[in-house]
Amino acid sequence: MDRDKAVEVKSVSKHFGTYQALKSVSFDIGENEFFTMLGPSGCGKTTLLRMLAGFESPDQGSILLHGREVTQIPPHKRRVNTVFQSYALFPHMTLEQNVAYGLENLGWERAKIRARTGEMLERVHMSAMATRKPGQLSGGQRQRVALARALAPEPEILLLDEPLSALDLKLRQAMRDELRNLQRDTGITFVFVTHDQEEALDMSDRIAVLGAGEVQQIGTPAQIYEEPVNRFVADFVGETNFLDVEVLDSREGQATIRTPLGTFGVPATGAAQKGRATLSIRPEKINLGDQAAGGITLAARVVNQNYMGGFTHYTLETGGVTLRASRRNASRQGDLVATGADVTIGFLPGSARVLAS
Amino acid sequence: MRRLANNLPFWGLLPAWALMGFALILPILIIAAVSVATRGSHGGFTWDFNPAGYAQILFNEGWSGELEFTPQYLIIIGRTFLLAGATTALCLIFALPVAWYISRQTPGMRAILVYLVTLPFWVSMILRVYAWMIILGKDGPLPRFLETFGLAPGTSFMFNDGATLVAMVYTCMPLMVLPIYASIEKLDLTLIEASHDLHGNRFTTFRRVILPLTAPGIVSGAILVFVPALGAVLEPVLMGGGKQMMMGSLIQLQFGGGRNWPFGAAIAMVLMGLVMLFLIVTALRAARRTAGMEARA
Amino acid sequence: MSRSHDVKRYPGFGWLTLVFFVWLYLPLMVVVVYSFNANRIAGVWTGFSLDWYASALKNQALMNALKTSVTVALIATAVATSVALMAALAIIRGKNVRFRRLSETVVNLPLLLPEIVLAVASLILFSLVGLQNGLLKLILAHSAFCTPFAFLPIRARLQGMSLDFEEASADLYAGRWTTFRRVTLPLIFPGVFSGAMLAFLISMDDFITSNMLASGGTTTLPVYIFSLIRSGTTPELNAIGTLMILASLILATAALLVARRGTKP
Repeated sequence: MDRDKAVEVKSVSKHFGTYQALKSVSFDIGENEFFTMLGPSGCGKTTLLRMLAGFESPDQGSILLHGREVTQIPPHKRRVNTVFQSYALFPHMTLEQNVAYGLENLGWERAKIRARTGEMLERVHMSAMATRKPGQLSGGQRQRVALARALAPEPEILLLDEPLSALDLKLRQAMRDELRNLQRDTGITFVFVTHDQEEALDMSDRIAVLGAGEVQQIGTPAQIYEEPVNRFVADFVGETNFLDVEVLDSREGQATIRTPLGTFGVPATGAAQKGRATLSIRPEKINLGDQAAGGITLAARVVNQNYMGGFTHYTLETGGVTLRASRRNASRQGDLVATGADVTIGFLPGSARVLAS
Repeated sequence: MRRLANNLPFWGLLPAWALMGFALILPILIIAAVSVATRGSHGGFTWDFNPAGYAQILFNEGWSGELEFTPQYLIIIGRTFLLAGATTALCLIFALPVAWYISRQTPGMRAILVYLVTLPFWVSMILRVYAWMIILGKDGPLPRFLETFGLAPGTSFMFNDGATLVAMVYTCMPLMVLPIYASIEKLDLTLIEASHDLHGNRFTTFRRVILPLTAPGIVSGAILVFVPALGAVLEPVLMGGGKQMMMGSLIQLQFGGGRNWPFGAAIAMVLMGLVMLFLIVTALRAARRTAGMEARA
Repeated sequence: MSRSHDVKRYPGFGWLTLVFFVWLYLPLMVVVVYSFNANRIAGVWTGFSLDWYASALKNQALMNALKTSVTVALIATAVATSVALMAALAIIRGKNVRFRRLSETVVNLPLLLPEIVLAVASLILFSLVGLQNGLLKLILAHSAFCTPFAFLPIRARLQGMSLDFEEASADLYAGRWTTFRRVTLPLIFPGVFSGAMLAFLISMDDFITSNMLASGGTTTLPVYIFSLIRSGTTPELNAIGTLMILASLILATAALLVARRGTKP
């Protein structure tokens, strides 16, 4: 990354009682980046976000915002604003008053506050309701006001704590685009926390996958999905098939592995060392029937199928191993393979990934 | 039987109306009538219209029957308001941080602390006032304690407005803590974080977020303290002594053997009127606030 | 290593709360401690003694006052709780109730008026009606001002209870009475119990009305204690006070435990 560093997290640890929420976590977030912390609940992502906001402090390690150590600085003195999961709009204030609140606390002039408040409400298409109170708004409207309120004080960094989780599916999709555009337009660094991998892949410049209080992998969405570095990441992001394999030989970017389905050569990764390993192959990378040309091909039997509309998921059995595959229903007829049918399956060696066990 | 079952509201409410009608509404109407009746020569009264009871609040009848203004009862009314107001204010000042602290504890600890707040309330009111008579009284622990440090030797802490106030605050406190605690417990804590996130410091957050959102609890606590405090009898009688009267003790005095019933009834009507006025104003303000919210919808 | 800025805690509130609880309990402790004082003058400590407890328990006037108080409180509690229960059922469960708001205000009226006004009003009424029986006067007046204290917890419980249970009972062929006896009443029992406890407490504690209506032979406990205080503080009074504090403690804890069991599913 060539950007300046907006956030530096340095060897941060945190205990809650005997529970270790974060184990010496370090990473940087670049200027103007849309950075997502992705992970299951309890992985420490929310604790990290709260540390950036100032609501928690690390037991060990330090946090720098734009090169300045902030570990000891209370939340109200940090130029960081948060969009809370529950939005936390003040119920006794109008939308206008909510948006103006942060500006008033920063000591802005009255006229400037009015102008900025109007501008922010305009930006999220909520001007018409400026004098209403949050109790009268729908979930999506609240979300937009919460965004306007957090962006109004011109924060250096905007923190978003699962802001889409309370919205219904259609609205969530629309809000993703809106958030992405807002980030691009304002140029503010967004730090986004979610457990929804689809959201993370869709919106982020970079993703940090967190698990068990540690950073498992940091990378672009494509890197995270296509080149997971360990079993946790491959499992948590997207669906996949795992096979226990043995690496027989690994040299010059090429590894030879022995699997229950036979011995193949696949591209090697850093994790592939001689000995026991795990092979990950995603369901959509396994081709069925006439699509299964080239690469490694095997004979299999369809054990089960789940018709999903655009796709059909197949459960396959081959050589004593159960694999899941998904196949796009490219035309109205002839795509479905019947349960119990024998079928040829295949995948390209480059689609499979060898992971350390 | 069938008709009874079908007329549940009527038969269910009949006993309540009968009891309240006879033991409450009827007596209030009578006392209103007595307040404008004529004082009997040996206590009691006769049914002759006479506003003397009300006149006596402001005027004294001179030797030759002329009326001259006397502030003594106005002073009592004023003291009643001041003491009730001060009681409410002091209860509020202590109850807020205590209720806040309790609400921040673990659920188990909260239950224990709330129980500890309510417990003294189960102890007889007269005993709770009496306890302060011991503490503040001559040879009591407080004067003795101060004396050992050479402070305020020979000072009497009893029989003044301060003593009355101490006892009133003590007896009323749980009534203030509990409603405030209830409203703080309902407070969404993310709102406080949001306020700090938006650059509000502790003071700003308290003033602009916590206070407005716990206002309903504060208002009900204030009502629960202020209304009984206006009508206090035991505290002024026991702690204030005979001279530092409040409206409650003044009324009580008029109904002792052979005193002035119409005057007592008139003071009672004034007290009731003041309480009603306070309650109506509070209710109207609350209603206006909700109406204001709805009007914006 | 680092100071936590927990924005939900305010520094110093813990100490204030500690002072608060000391202030809340110290006066009661003073009464208890002084009750063991051998000296006749309450304020002067000369030695430990249980004599005052013995003399308190032998005090016939005290026992009479206690008997009067308990009699009045028990009957007033029964009346107030029944009236309140019926009113709550009618107001919350009744259909097409006329004067619903007004009825509720009337039931709660004693809470809105200063007690001294009610006491004086009752005194005048009873003297006009010519009611002579002192006990009956007390019971009538106490029943009236205890009713809202019984009403509020019952009402709250009833309002918080889903209609589903009663409808399920009716669906399972139970008549109105059976539904009330086997479904509604057991479910609102904690509310009825705390209402009754509160009514009992308020009646036992009442001074203003009882003092106003008191005549020979109907002296209640608080009125008797008031007369003792008036005649000078004695260690015996402290012993009586300690016994009363003990009784309140037991009652309060029992009430809490029953109410707790009621809230558990």
